[in-house]
Amino acid sequence: MIYQDSKTLLEVRGLRATVNGVEILKGIDLTVRSGEVHAIMGPNGSGKSTFAKVLAGHTAYEVTGGEVAFEGKSLFELKPEERARAGVFLAFQYPIEIPGVANSQFLRLAYNTMQAQRGRDELDPLEFDDFVREKMKLLEMNPDFLDRSVNEGFSGGEKKRNEILQMALLEPRLAVLDETDSGLDIDALRVVAGGVNQLANKDNAVLLVTHYQRLLNYIVPDYVHVMESGRIVKTGDKALALELENRGYDWVSVEPRAAAGAAA
Amino acid sequence: MRLVAGNSYLDSLLAGRPQRPAAFSSPALAWLTQLRANAVDRVGALTVPTTHDEEWRFTDISPLSKLSFQPVRTASPLQAADVERFYLAEATTRLVFVDGGYAPQLSSVARDLGVVVMNLSAAVSAHAAAIAPHLGRHTAFQDNVFAALNTAFLHDGALIVVPRDASVAAPVHLLFIATQKEAASYPRCLVVAESGSTVTVIEDYVALRDVAYFTNAVTEIALADNARVNHIRVQRDSDQAFHIANCAVSLAHASRYQSVSVALGARISRYNLNVRLAAEGAECAVDGLALIGGQQLADTHTLIDHAQPHGVSRQLHKCIVDGAAHAVFNGKIMVRPGAQRTDSSQSSRNLLLTGKARVDTKPQLEIFADDVKCAHGATVGQLDAEEVFYLRSRGLSDAAARNLLTYAFGAEIIDRIPIASLKRRLEQTVLEQTQSN
Repeated sequence: MIYQDSKTLLEVRGLRATVNGVEILKGIDLTVRSGEVHAIMGPNGSGKSTFAKVLAGHTAYEVTGGEVAFEGKSLFELKPEERARAGVFLAFQYPIEIPGVANSQFLRLAYNTMQAQRGRDELDPLEFDDFVREKMKLLEMNPDFLDRSVNEGFSGGEKKRNEILQMALLEPRLAVLDETDSGLDIDALRVVAGGVNQLANKDNAVLLVTHYQRLLNYIVPDYVHVMESGRIVKTGDKALALELENRGYDWVSVEPRAAAGAAA
Repeated sequence: MRLVAGNSYLDSLLAGRPQRPAAFSSPALAWLTQLRANAVDRVGALTVPTTHDEEWRFTDISPLSKLSFQPVRTASPLQAADVERFYLAEATTRLVFVDGGYAPQLSSVARDLGVVVMNLSAAVSAHAAAIAPHLGRHTAFQDNVFAALNTAFLHDGALIVVPRDASVAAPVHLLFIATQKEAASYPRCLVVAESGSTVTVIEDYVALRDVAYFTNAVTEIALADNARVNHIRVQRDSDQAFHIANCAVSLAHASRYQSVSVALGARISRYNLNVRLAAEGAECAVDGLALIGGQQLADTHTLIDHAQPHGVSRQLHKCIVDGAAHAVFNGKIMVRPGAQRTDSSQSSRNLLLTGKARVDTKPQLEIFADDVKCAHGATVGQLDAEEVFYLRSRGLSDAAARNLLTYAFGAEIIDRIPIASLKRRLEQTVLEQTQSN
């Protein structure tokens, strides 16, 4: 929701980034204030997921230009774990499986790391068990998932619920959800979106990276941005998402494919 | 030249061998005397293997023959207080051997157990009918100098005979304690699981002192029809020790053998495990973990031999190699002609923690039947960068993330040990050995 005089959480200016020497982000500008929900849409290969990973500090990407300030502080001076502790959360498009690490152990470790950061009490395994079971109800998750290895053998939908469960535990200021809707059936989508909606408030912000408009029926964005070739080429409100659904991405393209073809 | 040097070294090892033990003097035990004599002959004909032998390509055991080892003449007078930290709460039945010799004062055997758990040398007369068909029959020492040496020294050892349809609820703990420098010991275990019986055996090698000694063990396990044996093997010898072990398992119809072996100690260790699925419908699950560092070398050679149809085998072997250590895994799956409908899978996964750590892994499939399902794979590498990033993105430091992942890599095997106190202890060891900073 857009609030009057809410403070700026994320300020991206001219962000450029490469992976393996190939430039993927070619100058992104974006401002996110607390309370807002932003959707970043765009065709495959437009750089949406790269943008999400660069914000989280993924080590495979090299930032080659621009600035990103999070609550006024340069994000590039922070390691991935420092960004997480500062309140940046990335829900992974493909959550990683970690055999041998119990999900409950992982969740508690992450939760306690954040509690220590915020000067709050850490929870012992028993206390945490009660606490996390309550949070799991929000996402209609079976408590059996606590005893299994992190994401191992989880279905696509279960992995995404587990991501949002982490968001619920870590209470980030900025949650970046990378294609959280992919691989979800309609019931799971409703549950996951419901969880995100409950967690969104006037003090945090959500950045949804998605290919389809479907998710935005459940999590209503204040702003919709369209990415193409590593830049945001159009910004609108939720009506833009519906228009994209109907007309595809070509019409917003700043470099029409035909023209690009002719030039080549 | 190599041959001469090898033989003189073996002669010096054999020189420490007591003449025919009094326990075996009865004419009824002539077969046992003959077995020992045959073994002595084989030692005389064989040589200490070198890296020129295919089976020892990656494992140079020449440091062994630079030291002299003799069996202990005077047993260490140990009290329970010296060693009870090695005891396992769940294992009320325990046989303890100190430097190879049976230590009755440290052992604990319930009388009404319904199974035979006793020192082999004291059991040979009374239980000859159970022992004779198996002792020395499963571990071929014809071409194996270490098995031959062990057999030449055959005396004290662990004997477990589980009668038909008996089920032993509590695990049996076989604890081998090394106490003396330059001691040679020849542990021997024989497990006979009669038809329909169930037993869990923990074979556990520990040291009281961080000194160089030589352990040369042989274990034979025979499962009759429908028997189940759970075999946990923990080698936590001194970091200066030499540990060579041969284990042979024979499975009859529809029997099931499950084993987890963990190698933590020894300067050089070598474990040969041969599992023969000798009748239809036999199953085995054979898992292993080597966790080594410094200058250690841990070599595991396994052979899973599908000799008959409808056999199932599962194997996961992992190595975590730190420092300048060197792990070797050679896992052979044999599917013999006619062993149709065999279902076998094998995975070798290896984690190198430093640039100097080394692993040689060699999965080998030899399949002579056409209707089989066999899968195998091997990976060698560092920690997965995506896993590390995932944990860091949740606030864990780089070091904490790496430690957790390294621990988890080993814990996957430890988790398969069905004895809670041993599992906890080993998890703690893995935790301590994998945590940098």
